Amino acid sequence: MKLILKNAKKFNEDKTSNIYIADGKFAAEFAEDQADRVIDLKGACVTPGLVDMHCHLREPGGEYKETIKTGTASAAKGGYTSICPMPNTNPVADNAAVISGIMKKAKEADNCRVYPIGAATKGIDGELISEMGLMKEAGIVAVSDDGHPIKNAGIMRKVMEYASDFDLPVLNHCEDKSLSEGAMNEGTVSTTIGIRGIPTAAEDIMIARDIILSEYLNIPVHICHVSTKGGVRMIRDAKARGVKVTCETCPHYFTLTDDCCETYDTNFKMHPPLRTEEHKQAIIEGIKDGTIDAIATDNAPHHADEKVCEFSVALNGILGFETAFALGYTYLVKTGEISMAKLIDLMCYGPSNILKLGRGGMNIGDDADLAVFDLENEFTFDKEKMLSKSRNTPYDGWKLYGETLLTVMGGKVTYEKLC
Amino acid sequence: MGSASANISTSGSSVNKGESLLDTARTIDMMGTDIIIMRHNQSGAPHFIAPYLKASVVNAGDGMNEHPTQALLDMLTMYERFDTFEGKNIAICGDIYHSRVVRSNAIGLKKLGANVSVYGPKTMMPIGIENMGVRIADSVADCIKDADAVMGLRVQLERQQKSLFPSIAEYAKFYAITPEMLALAKPDAFLMHPGPCNHGVELPTAVYDCDQSVINEQVTNGVAVRMAVLYLLMARRNQL
Ligand SMILES: [Zn+2]
Repeated sequence: MKLILKNAKKFNEDKTSNIYIADGKFAAEFAEDQADRVIDLKGACVTPGLVDMHCHLREPGGEYKETIKTGTASAAKGGYTSICPMPNTNPVADNAAVISGIMKKAKEADNCRVYPIGAATKGIDGELISEMGLMKEAGIVAVSDDGHPIKNAGIMRKVMEYASDFDLPVLNHCEDKSLSEGAMNEGTVSTTIGIRGIPTAAEDIMIARDIILSEYLNIPVHICHVSTKGGVRMIRDAKARGVKVTCETCPHYFTLTDDCCETYDTNFKMHPPLRTEEHKQAIIEGIKDGTIDAIATDNAPHHADEKVCEFSVALNGILGFETAFALGYTYLVKTGEISMAKLIDLMCYGPSNILKLGRGGMNIGDDADLAVFDLENEFTFDKEKMLSKSRNTPYDGWKLYGETLLTVMGGKVTYEKLC
Repeated sequence: MGSASANISTSGSSVNKGESLLDTARTIDMMGTDIIIMRHNQSGAPHFIAPYLKASVVNAGDGMNEHPTQALLDMLTMYERFDTFEGKNIAICGDIYHSRVVRSNAIGLKKLGANVSVYGPKTMMPIGIENMGVRIADSVADCIKDADAVMGLRVQLERQQKSLFPSIAEYAKFYAITPEMLALAKPDAFLMHPGPCNHGVELPTAVYDCDQSVINEQVTNGVAVRMAVLYLLMARRNQL
């Protein structure tokens, strides 16, 4: 398969050029008549394929919400070419057999490179460390118990030590569950609408613990989806004194606040919960000054039956693949907070570096993973057009910039919007 | 050696009736005992009782602190093959954290001029062991490469319940001294293990029984070393 993308405007270049792809790699120029397909991008923006270090594909066990096939198609529509599904499937992805099954399904779907995250502890129950070495051989790139954070500091230490033997990053969803029995951020809104609150302290306490362990053991730790001002501040301070801590945030933490929960719309319910404007601004500050290394989606499909219900009963999480880039572009780049190059750092090189995936190269010989976005024209996001099996997005009807026009993974077109 | 001996274990003695260690030791001392050989699960137990007694105390293993006669028999086994310890590379792999064998060997081998490398799962590596003069290796391969002697250590299977390793399958795959790993040592290197060995965990049976294995010889040397310890100790006592 030989592909030519004409009039491409690479995200870090001012003028347009042609991109040549052959045998799955970026290639040197060749004649147009040798190409199987020529696509005129008419000056649209080309970026390396995006990397999502934190998502949920729900397979095995949750196929009624999403499958690896539909989930990776949804990711491709968002411009993603590499994604990392979390292990909270059923059965839990805590052994090589389940990981191999995920890898096999991902290969069959062939929409994205799928790099699974293995469970840090068996059954993600925080007690016994998992078979990280055997899972790494099956394809995992990191370990995490995600929504079931390891509450016992002694076990967390063992997880970090053992994972470091296999050079596997440990990703921790920081939440002290003894403080977080609520359904939304604890504050004026939760009090006003009568919903139990989750304090920012629940997140901050565990971030502090993990930083302390990382510093003491001199082993890296990665903090998942940071949502608080205190978290950003502690991570910034830790980085300044050389602690090997990295972190991510998600688009909802720099675009939404807990005010959105006032109507009990469960599409604004997730863990960690949406915080106040003050915290949202702190997240943007952390993005700007480099404290935050990555933007992940925490893409979390749920069936309507799990979301169309009372607020406190609804499951946590929202879809993210198909809106992440447009939200980042519209609310960070277009507003002048960060440059386009910085956004690509956050959505490609940053996560790729943390997980040592080696993604994002666009030189001749590199895997041809790229995305093309329309940065000029506003579009209205329509949840009914999503490729996910689920519809739990809070962004339906939002007017955004940065619609995906084309996604190419390993030289194969995995998504295209027919113009 | 013409001595009379008596065995006392906690299960068959007044220790499990609540008698303190010191009282038990004093009682034995008062019976006119010359030498008390003591193995105890608490580090420092022999050090603690010795000053109170007329008898000599031999440490036969205290907690995770030391196992001096094991190290002496290990060094005797090496000595029979080395012209000198100077510059020899000794690799020790396994549960370093809990091993009294490692600590005694580190002290002894360093004194004799050998280089000691240690490696085990990070969950079983004690903080600061490099300050005992050993090198912390990056992997089993790195530990064993160019070694003159390779020592495996017993990993207690119960340690899975403490999250020190996830499974026997994984330990055997990533931390065992396999034939491929042993091949990284010098051609005339030999393999040791203080016993008892978990076959198929820290050592595949094929390695335990291989030509390079001197594990059975260690047992024989253990008798000689312990006889020597008693002999020298009695000779010294008789001079007093
Ligand atoms: Zn999470």
